Amino acid sequence: MNLFYLTPVKNLKTLIPLLALTGLFFGSCSDDDDPEPVNEEEVITTMTITLTPQGGGTAVILESRDLDGDGPNPPVVTVSDNLKAGTTYTGAIVLLNETETPAENITEEVEEESEEHQFFFTVGNTLSATTAYLNFDGNGYPLGTEFELETQSASAGSLTVTLRHDLKKPNDGTLSDAGGETDIAQTFDLAIIP
Amino acid sequence: MRYILVIILFTFLYPAVSAQQCDATLSGKILDFHDQTSLAGATVLVIGQNKMAFTGFDGDYRIENLCDGTFEVEVSHPQCTTVLYQIVISGDTRRDFEMEHHLEELEEVQVVGELLPENTSTAQEQRLSTATLEGYSGGSLGDALKEISGVSSLNTGSNIVKPSINGLTGSRVLILNDGVRMQDMEWGDEHAPNVDINSADQVSVIKGASALKYAGDAIGGVVVVERERVAIQDSLYGKTLLSGISNGRGGSVSTELTRTFASGWYLNGQASYKRLGDREAPDYILSNTGMQQLGLSFHAGKRLLNQGWDVDYSFYRADIAILRASHIGNVDDLIESINSGEPSVIEPFTYILGVPRQEVTHHMGKLNYYLRMKGVGKWTIQYDFQYNQRFEFDVRVGADRDKPAIDLELTTHSLLTDFTWDASRNLEVTAGLLGRYQDNFANPDTGVRRLIPDYQRFEFGSFAIAEYQLDNDWLFEAGIRYDFSRIDAKKFYRTSRWEERGYDIDFPDFVVEDLGTQLLTNPVFNYNNLSATSGLRWQLDRQTDLRANYALGQRAPNPAELFSDGLHHSAARIELGDLRIGNETSQRISLAFNHTERRWGLNVEPYLNFIGDFILLEPTGVEFTIRGAFPVWSYRQTDSRLVGADISGFYQWATNWETRHRFSITKGTDLDKDQALINMPAPITRNELVFQKPEWKQLRIGLESTYVFRQNEFPPNIFVFSPTQQEEVELEINTPPEAYHLLGLRAEMEFELSGTLVMNTGLTITNLLNTSYRDYLNRNRYFADDLGRNIMLQLKFNY
Repeated sequence: MNLFYLTPVKNLKTLIPLLALTGLFFGSCSDDDDPEPVNEEEVITTMTITLTPQGGGTAVILESRDLDGDGPNPPVVTVSDNLKAGTTYTGAIVLLNETETPAENITEEVEEESEEHQFFFTVGNTLSATTAYLNFDGNGYPLGTEFELETQSASAGSLTVTLRHDLKKPNDGTLSDAGGETDIAQTFDLAIIP
Repeated sequence: MRYILVIILFTFLYPAVSAQQCDATLSGKILDFHDQTSLAGATVLVIGQNKMAFTGFDGDYRIENLCDGTFEVEVSHPQCTTVLYQIVISGDTRRDFEMEHHLEELEEVQVVGELLPENTSTAQEQRLSTATLEGYSGGSLGDALKEISGVSSLNTGSNIVKPSINGLTGSRVLILNDGVRMQDMEWGDEHAPNVDINSADQVSVIKGASALKYAGDAIGGVVVVERERVAIQDSLYGKTLLSGISNGRGGSVSTELTRTFASGWYLNGQASYKRLGDREAPDYILSNTGMQQLGLSFHAGKRLLNQGWDVDYSFYRADIAILRASHIGNVDDLIESINSGEPSVIEPFTYILGVPRQEVTHHMGKLNYYLRMKGVGKWTIQYDFQYNQRFEFDVRVGADRDKPAIDLELTTHSLLTDFTWDASRNLEVTAGLLGRYQDNFANPDTGVRRLIPDYQRFEFGSFAIAEYQLDNDWLFEAGIRYDFSRIDAKKFYRTSRWEERGYDIDFPDFVVEDLGTQLLTNPVFNYNNLSATSGLRWQLDRQTDLRANYALGQRAPNPAELFSDGLHHSAARIELGDLRIGNETSQRISLAFNHTERRWGLNVEPYLNFIGDFILLEPTGVEFTIRGAFPVWSYRQTDSRLVGADISGFYQWATNWETRHRFSITKGTDLDKDQALINMPAPITRNELVFQKPEWKQLRIGLESTYVFRQNEFPPNIFVFSPTQQEEVELEINTPPEAYHLLGLRAEMEFELSGTLVMNTGLTITNLLNTSYRDYLNRNRYFADDLGRNIMLQLKFNY
């Protein structure tokens, strides 16, 4: 009945399983295996825009390449040549994930999920050019992996190409109305020569 | 009460007993178990013979005219647990009994904002009572702690509330939950403590690293979450709380049942569930800010005077949606959010928890055993196990839509033991040891680079603290602690990042494998931390005391400070840790002056905290990716100084009218750069007018005004190149929002439904005037206003 008379020896008995249990926990949980590298998904490292002049001529290639993703290196942006004034170019965009070998073509994925994606072409104030969509999603709203760029007079300025997903469709063509998540936002400095 | 019963019993039965022919005597002393001093006014009752005696001033008792035989003796004292002994009486029997003279400490004190010494004797320490905690049953621990002056919080929206003590948060604030140091990834700014407030009966806050018994690295302070201690008697009791919450259109339910036995056994079970939909700002719905939370805990054990053990298990699960508009693409989106003043996504109210969203689970198991040795002290040993699982779901597309972007598992085992020598009346010494093993696993299946790597952490600690009561007026306290910790991580670095940080020069030996574009590295670091504290308490008179305390605390960097590397998608920022970060060292001097009498009370707590090599995270620039530009937040170390004061007081103007006042200020300075520290709480004052009339069903009505000043001291903003605007713009990432004023109302009444069933009703309205405001320490302040009016109705049943 009276448990106040428990001796320390009995106490130790209750303690032994407790200590054994802790030893078990401590002993059973060390692994020295190397972790696996993460197979990064949804990564776009490279955007190549081929601008082919309608009626023949050399294509102009705009490229942004960021092999270290959100690492410290900025994307390498190249523009192969100047654009010619008064010319209509057909644009085609290819997106690649070059962290994989062979490189994965992300354009196909964007085109498959066309209702969730849209490219936006923002022409800087000083550049004398206009753009138009050439391909559309299943609902007939703009997609933009294919587009048209029409140059007017000689000038210089920027062209910003933005890819958004999970955006509002249809939208009024501005980024602020479309909302959504940015996959690509890249500005190219272009010059139009006579 | 017990006296009266015993006397009545004795009076009634005495004549029957006195008829027998017995002439044995029982005599002896009643002693305090701890220091062997005599206890006056104790009752000794011989059951079966119904004879009793009281002890005199010297603790002696004597019962005459007893019969020989084996009898049970009940020994009771108003301040002790009643104990039963079985003894053999034969002729003149002499027997001393021991009692635990500590029960009065357990009595609940329902005064908020006053110093109630428990965990430390000379540091700044304040406590929240069960009643206050119950008022926050539908809220969070972080919200309740703000009732204590000097405690603020770092929020992500209104559901993720991280307590901040005198401007310090995260790994600098230790949360001790029922004797277990919480290991719940406290390194993340948007990681709230995984503690269900409904499982707590009492919460104490110790400011600074003075509680060396618990840790030496809690340079902000310690939050001690405690459960009620059970009485050794036969009883069954419980309570149920129901809360309805208007803002979020949800509520919570919490219930608890306790069974105790006179043999010392007890069982306790507790469960709570909370559900909220989207919260609302005064002008719009805060889309995707709902949450649900489940808490369960079970406790069992046997607690006796000289030994006892407990087994505890608790489970916590919280699914918390994070404001949709706070998920942004790049620096242009951030600029747009800051400038627009409205969240970019406002949708109709819903209970659905979308993305971004956190799902955290915490399991905690504990075994505890204590042994009290007569005239020596108390030995305690404890093993605890914790498993913390964190999923963070982000806005993703396609097949990855339902895949978490962060998937971390943190497993911790701790073994602690300590011994307290309390035999001497004036001196109490405690010494202890700690061993801890921790394993973090970052699941690679997320398809997103790990924010925090796999690591193992080993800790060893030892401490000794002493408290010396010189006389009734003076008390001295001193302690020392040493902690060793070792972190052994396996982390993949992008080769470009490894080189950009200069690690290829400083840490070439860490590289295990070169995978082309990335490196597998094995950083191993050891840290040695020394902490010490000393202080005194001077009791000027019965109502006044003064405490002074010096605390030296050292903290090893946490995994985020060392290893963070990469884009934090939900925050749209690149966070960079630094492998070179070492210990930070705090030296804090604090004073606490307290005067309390019937009609008024004043509590003043100034402090000065020098933190050498203070680790901070601040915006430093911007990095460009194909997705646009992202602000970069980097960890760095600097010497810093925090100085401030917390003042609270009350005054009773008339019998039923009282006002309560609080004011807190903290000034943080980066001494290396001679500029303000980031994320320091703005000065705040809270003033409450209270009407109380206990005769009217315990009526209490309080009208509270909270005024938060604008934080005028903040580090400079950064300038970034905006691709959209094609120019360098100021990113107002540090500019604090304006000052704000909120009114709140709380009314309470109590009804006795039947003999043992008591119902307590409470009505709480926060942000009564539906004021639009933003708080400097809310990470969502760039995107949306804070909560609008919230009406909470609470029913509590005690049975």
